[in-house]
Amino acid sequence: MNIDAILLMRTEFLLVFQIIFLIIYDLFASKSGRKGLDVVACSLFIISTVIGFFPATTGSAFGGMFVADAMNGVFKSVLNIGVILVFLQSKTWLNNEYTEHKKAEVYILIISTLLGMDLMISSGHFLMFYIGLELASLPLAGLIAYNKYSSESVEAGAKFILMAAFSSGMLLFGISLLYGSTGEAGLYFDTMRNVIAPRSLQLLGMVFFLSGLAFKISLVPFHLWTADVYQGAPTNITAFLSVVSKGAAVFALMVVLYKVFANLFDYWEYIIYGLVVVTITVGNLFAMRQHNMKRFLAFSSISQAGYIMLGMLAGTPAGMSSVVYYILVYTVSNVGIFAVVSILENKSGKHDIGDYSGLYKTNPKLSVAMMLFLFSLAGIPPFAGFFSKFFIFMAAAQMSYYVLVFVALVNTVISLYYYLLVVKAMFITPNDEPIAYVKTDFSSKLGLAICLSGTLLLGIVSYFYSYIQQFAYGLF
Amino acid sequence: MNFLYLFVILPLLMMCGVAVLKQAKQVKILMLVGSGIILLTSFVLLYLFLQARAIDSVSPMLFRSDLMWYSAFNIKFSVGVDGISVLMIILSSIIVFTGSFISYSMQEQVKEYFLWFLMLAIGVFGFFITIDLFSMFFFYEIALIPMYLLIGLWGTGRKEYSAMKLTLMLMGGSAFLLLGILGIYFNSNGGNGNLTMNILEIAKTHIPVEAQNIFFPLTFLGFGVLGALFPFHTWSPDGHASAPTAVSMLHAGVLMKLGGYGCFRVAIYLMPEGAETYKILFLVLTGISVVYGAFGAVVQKDLKYINAYSSVSHCGLVLFALLMLNKTAMTGAVMQMLSHGLMTALFFALIGMIYGRTHTRLITEMGGLMKIMPFISVCWVIAGMASLGLPGLSGFVSEMTIFVGSFQHPDIFHRVITILACSSIVITAVYILRVVGKILLGPVFDEHHLALTDATWYEKIASVTLIISIAFIGMAPFISSNIISDSLTSIISRL
Repeated sequence: MNIDAILLMRTEFLLVFQIIFLIIYDLFASKSGRKGLDVVACSLFIISTVIGFFPATTGSAFGGMFVADAMNGVFKSVLNIGVILVFLQSKTWLNNEYTEHKKAEVYILIISTLLGMDLMISSGHFLMFYIGLELASLPLAGLIAYNKYSSESVEAGAKFILMAAFSSGMLLFGISLLYGSTGEAGLYFDTMRNVIAPRSLQLLGMVFFLSGLAFKISLVPFHLWTADVYQGAPTNITAFLSVVSKGAAVFALMVVLYKVFANLFDYWEYIIYGLVVVTITVGNLFAMRQHNMKRFLAFSSISQAGYIMLGMLAGTPAGMSSVVYYILVYTVSNVGIFAVVSILENKSGKHDIGDYSGLYKTNPKLSVAMMLFLFSLAGIPPFAGFFSKFFIFMAAAQMSYYVLVFVALVNTVISLYYYLLVVKAMFITPNDEPIAYVKTDFSSKLGLAICLSGTLLLGIVSYFYSYIQQFAYGLF
Repeated sequence: MNFLYLFVILPLLMMCGVAVLKQAKQVKILMLVGSGIILLTSFVLLYLFLQARAIDSVSPMLFRSDLMWYSAFNIKFSVGVDGISVLMIILSSIIVFTGSFISYSMQEQVKEYFLWFLMLAIGVFGFFITIDLFSMFFFYEIALIPMYLLIGLWGTGRKEYSAMKLTLMLMGGSAFLLLGILGIYFNSNGGNGNLTMNILEIAKTHIPVEAQNIFFPLTFLGFGVLGALFPFHTWSPDGHASAPTAVSMLHAGVLMKLGGYGCFRVAIYLMPEGAETYKILFLVLTGISVVYGAFGAVVQKDLKYINAYSSVSHCGLVLFALLMLNKTAMTGAVMQMLSHGLMTALFFALIGMIYGRTHTRLITEMGGLMKIMPFISVCWVIAGMASLGLPGLSGFVSEMTIFVGSFQHPDIFHRVITILACSSIVITAVYILRVVGKILLGPVFDEHHLALTDATWYEKIASVTLIISIAFIGMAPFISSNIISDSLTSIISRL
């Protein structure tokens, strides 16, 4: 263990340091000191995020178990941004009377699961990958069941842990099949890449591995847990699940597909192709029928995952950068929507689309913000979502997936329909008793401001895409 | 800085102004002044363009400049205009100007209304100044989405249904369009060199014919939905009937022209062989639009529906003429865009005035308006005469040019379909004269109408501006038609 290894793993070390610091702070802080815990945790995390943007050394540690390259750094920074936004919007929720005494746990658990995600993304070995995956899943169950006074939350936690265990089992089975069939090559990604060939055992292993991760990304038909868990979990944790957790799984899958299964492209091409079509379509069709805002967003995020996979399918550097860019844009828009939902929910306890009728009359700023985020998700210019969808389609069209792009485009129109239903409720539908005016606290305002400026600027200003694009690599 | 940027910057500044101002009155005055400035700017543009054209008669586009946007894809924000774009910009400025005047009586949520209205204007202006496919698509979509809220919030009748229908159908069209644009982009290098989104660059190379045969119909259909191509025109009657007056004006007057403009600037210009292959199919469809739209207008009772169906017919004629693929007909098509834009805007403005007073748009519930509001009625008659093609007004010039151009094709298919399309002129006369006879002439139908007032000052300014423009094109057609046919040279040379 020398200084080089520490520098390579600086993001992970910073996260570990924050976990330890928060535990100690929570143990020894006075009552007034504990009030400032939110500020301390947020500022520490923002500092570590900023450090993540400094140029890093690249290389591998622990004999190739841990790989740090420039693209991994970008992945981690995108996830960090998502976590900051979730932290900012969680403050009101955490300071209610039921959870105030244990709020440090939320920060500690979120940072631990993020640590797991970072390890998963940076792994160069399947065991490392598996450890990261478990570390990313288990704290999440605690977070989902965090509102233990609410039976829904506890139920969602139980559902999630069962699902996580099941999907890890699938994934492990896939890994063991790969190990068994490739023999002495070990489980290192770079040696594995060369010995993998289209033989039935290895293909089976790949399919199990893909299915395990597909649960995490909640691709159809592995999505059945999503709506229930999203609905039951505390709203801010749902935001974390839908953005950071999903993003991390996408990054990890992309790394493994590009690095390990490159030779099997002809096979996973069909699998992903099918998954994209059903994921986008089913997600959209179910989203249209939802009345609860959180279930609605669950299905909307399922269909968004389909678009993300579309970019991954291209297998080019442009495909990779468009995926990362898409997730960044999706993060600011989706977390923004969840921020508005949670602000309204904290105050009024309502989260049905019908309850939002006439919201513009009482809460004009929140409604306009929500509308812009919805437009961004629907891919309407000049918001960032337009650019991210365009680049995803461009990457796919470059590899001549025109039919798939057409399916995705038709689905964009369908998705516009249900996003407009929310806009219609807020702006057009009259309501005698709309949700009363809600005063927003400073940290939520700051979070919303970041989300809004991201939604407006990420597309118009081309710098962000170029930044991501310079690190991207492809399959071939 | 390029002069053309003004057409995006001015509405943007106006949006900021509207957002800052507190009182509705101030917002309206800002709109009147601002749209006046835009109108002036567009005439200055015409003057500068004519001067620059006198010096440089070779380049297809003038006022060119590029700003690198996404270098990874060679996407630039490229602007440039030829004579046709200049005329379209003038048309848009006139409609925005008159639309602002008509909206002067707007009462509820004035700020929000004008913000969305200006966003629509930005989309329209931006579309006409750019020559980069990506930027074009960007502005095209910007122009679509404000329609949803403008109709849904300030509309009348079945507004929520119409707003959703219009938005989804037009977005569906843009899905085809996007696929077409991607197809053009990935075939734009002629086998070597960089891929590009710039229309002029693409026009220098040749897109492979197989690719043209796939992507021409997609692109044409994509723009055609906005140009009310049969059978994708059904958004138009519902949408226009429910929209507030100024939005109907802008939408029928300018936005539907985006469809026609895009069809020749992108689809036909870049993929001439594809156009040649598919022209029979699309000629039949547009022919149906022309005749069916006219018949549709005959049976309607609601003034806005009558005018919306008449727009389907007239816009169908634009696409019809473009597909004739010769210079005379295409000149006529652009003239028809101008002429229809102006007269349909006038119609919708007048319908708005009548509806604002009588609170009905059904022709069965009105009569003898000529006695009550002579100014509005006379304007209506003028608009009607322009629409049915009376010499001296714009409709005659454009339809004449179109049919002369279409008849130049010696083969039997073109001649038959031209004659069939010509029949729409007669049907147009039927519905125009029927409405004039029913609501303007004859005895007063409803005694309550006797107390109604004639047009106010801002309504008069709007109507007179539009009538002057219509008469100008009708009296001096050579001015606009020379500019148009000059600019068409580069497009025709590729056919």
